[in-house]
Amino acid sequence: MVGKVCRVAGPVIEAIGMTDIVMHEIVQVGEAGLIGEVIRLSGDKATIQVYQNTTGLKLNDLVTGTGSPLSVELGPGLLGRVFDGIARPLETLQELTGAFIKPVQGVTSLSRDKKWAFVPKVKTGDTVLGGDVIGTVQETALVEHRVLVPYNISGTITSVVPKGNYTVIDVIVTITESNGKKTDIQMLQKWPVRIPRPHKKRLSVFTPLITGQRVIDTFFPLAKGGSAAIPGPFGAGKTVTQQQLAKWSDANVIIYVGCGERGNEMVDVLDSFPKLTDPTTGHPLMERTILIANTSNMPVSAREASIYTGIALAEYYRDMGYAVALMADSTSRWAEALRELSGRLEEMPAEEGFPSYLPSRLAEFYERTGVVEALGSDKRVGSICAVGAVSPPGGDFSEPVTQHTKRFTSVFWALDSELANARHYPSINWMDSYSGYVGDLAEWWHQTVDKEWANCREEAMRILEAEDELKNIVKLVGPEALPGKQRLILETARIIRVAILQQNALNAVDTYCSPNKQFKMLKIVLDFHHLADNVINKGLPITKITALPVIEEIMRIKTNITNDNLTMIDDIDKRMREHFETLELNMR
Amino acid sequence: MTPSVTTTSNLEYKGAASISGPIIVVENVQNVGYDELAYIKTQNGEIRLGKVIQIMPKAVAVQVFEGTNGLSSTEIYTRFLCRPLEIPVSTDMLGRVMNSFGEPIDGYPCFFVDEKRDINGYPLNPISREYPREFIQTGISGIDCLTSLVRGQKLPVFSGPGLSHNELAAQIVRQAKIRTGDDFNIIFIAMGLKNDEAAFFKKSFEETGTIKNVAMFLNLADDPPVERIITPRAGLTLAEYLAYEQDRHVLVVMTDMTNYCEALREVSSSMEEVPSRKGYPGYMYSDLASIYERAGRIHGKKGSITQMPILTMPNDDITHPIPDLTGYITEGQVVLSRALEKQGIYPPINITTSLSRLMKDGIGKGSTREDHDNVSSQLYAAYAQYNAAKSLVTIIGEEGLGNRDKDYLHFGEYFEQHLIKQEHTENRSIEETLQIAWDALSLLATEELTAIKPEYIEKYYNKKSNPTGN
Ligand SMILES: Nc1ncnc2c1ncn2[C@@H]1O[C@H](COP(=O)(O)OP(=O)(O)O)[C@@H](O)[C@H]1O
Ligand SMILES: [Mg+2]
Repeated sequence: MVGKVCRVAGPVIEAIGMTDIVMHEIVQVGEAGLIGEVIRLSGDKATIQVYQNTTGLKLNDLVTGTGSPLSVELGPGLLGRVFDGIARPLETLQELTGAFIKPVQGVTSLSRDKKWAFVPKVKTGDTVLGGDVIGTVQETALVEHRVLVPYNISGTITSVVPKGNYTVIDVIVTITESNGKKTDIQMLQKWPVRIPRPHKKRLSVFTPLITGQRVIDTFFPLAKGGSAAIPGPFGAGKTVTQQQLAKWSDANVIIYVGCGERGNEMVDVLDSFPKLTDPTTGHPLMERTILIANTSNMPVSAREASIYTGIALAEYYRDMGYAVALMADSTSRWAEALRELSGRLEEMPAEEGFPSYLPSRLAEFYERTGVVEALGSDKRVGSICAVGAVSPPGGDFSEPVTQHTKRFTSVFWALDSELANARHYPSINWMDSYSGYVGDLAEWWHQTVDKEWANCREEAMRILEAEDELKNIVKLVGPEALPGKQRLILETARIIRVAILQQNALNAVDTYCSPNKQFKMLKIVLDFHHLADNVINKGLPITKITALPVIEEIMRIKTNITNDNLTMIDDIDKRMREHFETLELNMR
Repeated sequence: MTPSVTTTSNLEYKGAASISGPIIVVENVQNVGYDELAYIKTQNGEIRLGKVIQIMPKAVAVQVFEGTNGLSSTEIYTRFLCRPLEIPVSTDMLGRVMNSFGEPIDGYPCFFVDEKRDINGYPLNPISREYPREFIQTGISGIDCLTSLVRGQKLPVFSGPGLSHNELAAQIVRQAKIRTGDDFNIIFIAMGLKNDEAAFFKKSFEETGTIKNVAMFLNLADDPPVERIITPRAGLTLAEYLAYEQDRHVLVVMTDMTNYCEALREVSSSMEEVPSRKGYPGYMYSDLASIYERAGRIHGKKGSITQMPILTMPNDDITHPIPDLTGYITEGQVVLSRALEKQGIYPPINITTSLSRLMKDGIGKGSTREDHDNVSSQLYAAYAQYNAAKSLVTIIGEEGLGNRDKDYLHFGEYFEQHLIKQEHTENRSIEETLQIAWDALSLLATEELTAIKPEYIEKYYNKKSNPTGN
């Protein structure tokens, strides 16, 4: 099993004499014990991508197999932590090598010493199937961790520890299978990240992921278990949007993968999440969050792995029966890591140097999202929704990563540099974006918020579309030359854009907008439109309407009226009606 | 260049199996590590420096920093040093001029070397970072008001050939200060700069007496291009030493990153690597990140590294891979515009495409002023309206505009002429800057100022300057 290095080219090396090794096995390389993964085998020659810096590696340095594929450790102790792309806790690395990351060996994801209060849910003599819950641990105040029977095991419980404090490597349950084989179960389990975790069956999506962002929830909604792409040039708002989703989405668990992006953005999350609290429990949001931080200055192979580490952790919490939301910022950096590694392997490049398997890798990743019934006998339902940021070179959406991601996701939030330049945030372009879930989710809105939701949304979209067409005419003749009805469309569209679509993530009130507030805001703008349309039909000049002070009041609802004060919107609506009545009276 | 370090391996390999671009391939070497440093002695005794960029079963590829010009494939001798490229670091390097290897080239004696460090450094652990928050006043309104710079930020200037980026950079270096005191140490890194440009900077530093706080690393236009790949790394290695061992606040000016990227492309193509856009290597993003991400602050350390890279956008095209990949890594960008420069506006900052991502935590009450954030948001929005109105004017004339659009026209002109435009020697306090900003905003009716809290409008809106009397 011990081979020797025969080639080094950046993060990719080759070793000969690698008998008994298998594809995707993890190996240790050189004196420093660098971690690598076998990505190609031919005869006894293995090509290995190394997850750490290969400086100093020499010809004939030893390469040793570990017998297992790239895996994550699963168990309590993941939430609230920060890991690198291969799931090493950054805190541990900091303790070992200081502020700068240097090669170290033997770092594990989960602490072997920490004790967790385990509550068994089975007793001796019970029969269990793979996926059954054998006990729980309150991992954080926000999330109860459910310890599951590994998928390939079923049988009778022959021993179980009493309620108490245990480490992740203590044996908590012993299961005897029908063939008499006994298996000791620990809370610590492992899973190879590149392989999807199994489930019983797929279900269809039916609940929105409420994000508190108006242009998303109201116009281009995402479903729990859904998938979304958020492409845009630099500075368009990919990261802020993803962070908003991580903060405010009503998922149970958030996995945030910082893949090849900025270090300070990770710090921003680390600084702000512990201070933000979950609206229902008052506990810090960090307690439901796992961060994978493989920033742009960290090794490129680990960047490639980070996406898989993230989705494998997501599947683990999904299997416990939770709604998980995963953000990956940015999947383009992951694709570029693939390209770089592929280049070093001297593979035949396809579009723009990307390997020909880019689309299939993307598809495999987004296939791991969805609503599922988990294995086990209690019909737990869990879901994963994934939001992938895409960073197209030059902001050009025709490039391969954007195009292929579009094929495998159902929601497309197209960020637009023109909007961002005008500081219209989030710069989600309403003409180019879409959501495939509007129909599936209408029922939820009608039940929970208002049965007019779908109609109102439709009408607002129509006004925006009409504005888009009128814009071309305005460019030729100027707005003053248009008839009153068309100028009203321009005015209402402007109000929709400023009052509803624009949302300031940095404003304490505006940062999260509840579904009820979203609907009321939409409604009052449409009410304005109808009232104005009525008086214009009766001959009132448009300038009388655009001069109404209520317009500014509507524009300020987002920042002035908090989510628990919504009757104030009704008051504005009432005043607005009175204004229009007076206008109409004065006409006579 | 004559290396000042002594070798640690005495095995010399004669000849090269091939020479291509800046790369030589040396056969049958033993015990050589990836990334290791090598000396190549030429047929006439000159010594060049290189580094191992690939290890193959029977040979290694060495990238020669000074280029392979004049190398013979038979008469050269290569020696490997068993360590990566290191440079000396020392506080005495402030006030001095060095080459890409950290050796003095200003004619004065060698400084006292505190220690030697690997120029590649190590990746900073994200959780060890401290979020940058302290406002740096540059005295330039366009930056201070709209793309505020904070300590530990990397904020590049995107310019075009021939625009006034050098003047702007020199002015920033002269004026930049934290409002609470503490001078910056400056590291000036020149990559492929023309001699007169380097002289301009030197003179400007001398005139203001900052020169004793400036360490200059020079790779000029007539120096070997491949050497440019190490110049910024050498400078940043000193920056890390000063910031994290000597508690200094360091401002690193790197110019011109475009020349750096071209050197990278040259090395890549001579390696026959599969190119990505416009022939630049696919790993250019990661490579640039390994430079830019060396800006920052560290928990528990007093010092900081603030970076101001300057690049010229080929064809003024912001989507060109060099500005594009830079913008994807840096924390914003200050974009200069040829159109503004033509109108005689200095500094020609085009705020539409400019951005500072770290501004939000560096401004406001306690650091600049309570209304700063609202004011800048409103200025951005209003300037966008101005541009829209301006393009209407070209079609339908000013008469065809409504009153609202006319107000925006006046606003925009005032904004460009008074807020953006300033003298090369003019050092405005943030209060002066915000005053001018309010003068501009007061040309608009108060109902237009929906990004500003009513209490600030009450307090700062200049009622007299609005002709329509709103
Ligand atoms: N919803 C928002 N509210 C306020 N500011 C925003 C919003 N979205 C983006 N921004 C601004 O735009 C800048 C760039 O956004 P970011 O998400 O970092 O862009 P990207 O990740 O696409 O490069 C942020 O620093 C912030 O100033
Ligand atoms: Mg981003």
